Amino acid sequence: MLLKNRLHNTLSEIGQAWTLFFQTLVQIFRPPLQFDLLTKQLLLVGFNSLAVVLVSGFFTGMVLGIQGYIQLKPFAVEGSVARFVCVSVVKELGPMITAFVLAGRIGASITAELSTMKVTEQIDALEVMGTNPVKYLVVPRFLACAIMLPTLTIFSTFAGIAGGFIAVVSLFDVNGHFFLLEVQRNLFVASVLVSLIKATSFGMAIAAVGCYKGFSISTAGGAEGVGTATTGSAVISLIAILVLDFILNHILFNILGWV
Amino acid sequence: MILVKNIWKNFGGKSVLNGLSLEIPRGETLVIMGRSGCGKSVLLKIITGLLAADAGEIWFDGTEISQLNAKQLNAIRRKIGMLFQSAALFDSMTVAENIAFMLDQHTKLTHAEMRKIVDEKLSLVDLEGVQELRPAELSGGMRKRVGLARALAFNPEVIFYDEPTTGLDPVTCNEINQLIRDLHEKLKVTSVVVTHDMHSAFSVATRMAMIHEGKQIAYGNPDEIINNDDPILQQFILFGAPDQILNMANPVLQEFIGKRDR
Repeated sequence: MLLKNRLHNTLSEIGQAWTLFFQTLVQIFRPPLQFDLLTKQLLLVGFNSLAVVLVSGFFTGMVLGIQGYIQLKPFAVEGSVARFVCVSVVKELGPMITAFVLAGRIGASITAELSTMKVTEQIDALEVMGTNPVKYLVVPRFLACAIMLPTLTIFSTFAGIAGGFIAVVSLFDVNGHFFLLEVQRNLFVASVLVSLIKATSFGMAIAAVGCYKGFSISTAGGAEGVGTATTGSAVISLIAILVLDFILNHILFNILGWV
Repeated sequence: MILVKNIWKNFGGKSVLNGLSLEIPRGETLVIMGRSGCGKSVLLKIITGLLAADAGEIWFDGTEISQLNAKQLNAIRRKIGMLFQSAALFDSMTVAENIAFMLDQHTKLTHAEMRKIVDEKLSLVDLEGVQELRPAELSGGMRKRVGLARALAFNPEVIFYDEPTTGLDPVTCNEINQLIRDLHEKLKVTSVVVTHDMHSAFSVATRMAMIHEGKQIAYGNPDEIINNDDPILQQFILFGAPDQILNMANPVLQEFIGKRDR
């Protein structure tokens, strides 16, 4: 009985989350788009996350460079370390690290803000005043995450490659010019496209989960409900990113045969 | 003006409203009383379209609102102002931005025109010079006043007050009650006040309704309510209303007074 109830609740939550997602898509194309709200969210998501994304990307690249060199050296192919860093950062770790940072930083903050608004009846107030809360609150956050995640991923990817370059060139006997040449040789348009597709999908997932968890709290949830929703949002976002990554890898590389 | 017909609502199997019917006449201040959890606030949310009833009808000026699409419902909502229990001010905005919110969203008024309306509404609620403050910088009473000014911004035909005096000190409660009376006289609006505060109820009401276990058990003007024989109503009045307004000759009330004083 308990299992049945839990399954029922989970399915019901998934249904509600998809409903909110589709409502958001509909509202995006329903004018007017409030550019002031979007600009505010773009700054909040993008500009304010730039430093942490750059630092995370840079150190991830450094670790990749060190590990890559150490693992490849016994096979005498340490010259491929640039390729290893470049492919890993562009196709996987760039979008992934950026998404993880934003899931913790932005996804959780979206949930905390919206759930507090729900508990304090601010969302009810919006509705009573004839303003659609999905249009006013969700659309700007959703668009900001969908636009800013690929943008930040570009910065994170550059930081990752730079980190790998600095680590490998400064710590090991690898020629810097050769490293950059290898990066250039292995940086394909398709790889960048994969990176951007992944980042956009992760951005939409983070915003959708963050907004849904914020909206789904009951008015009687109180401070405890806000805390639970915020933690839940970060955890679900991280899992959603990993699942999405698998699905996209399968579709893009396995089914469509991209390199 | 508003007709509530046979409304049913339950949450997770728990019945909150059981076939409730109610009439809200134009120009009156109707106080809806009842114990905590009796469904007063749920009724308010159903009337304003925030919640959907399981069954029943809500008629607003001859239009049944459950049949309306979002656009039509929003058109009705523009005739409504609501003061929430917690005031529900947008804490990311200033007082002026809060009050001007509806104007900004639904009109093409200039900044100066909106500013004029904001000042006018703030003076209606006896609050001035707070335009640039944030809600967090206001006291409980001030927040309610700003919430009321925001509810008035679009010149509503009906104002809903959800527990307007909850959490306020007696002096501020009295000021809010006075404000509700003043607005009713000045603006000639229809007011619906949901409360379990009997001092406030008898202070502002021109008509009263009592809800118990999701149904209306009494309805009338304050005199009719005081003289009503329903024991649940009399018990509610006795324990909440000031003694000077009680009808001591009412036999039902006398029975409860006997129990109270024992």
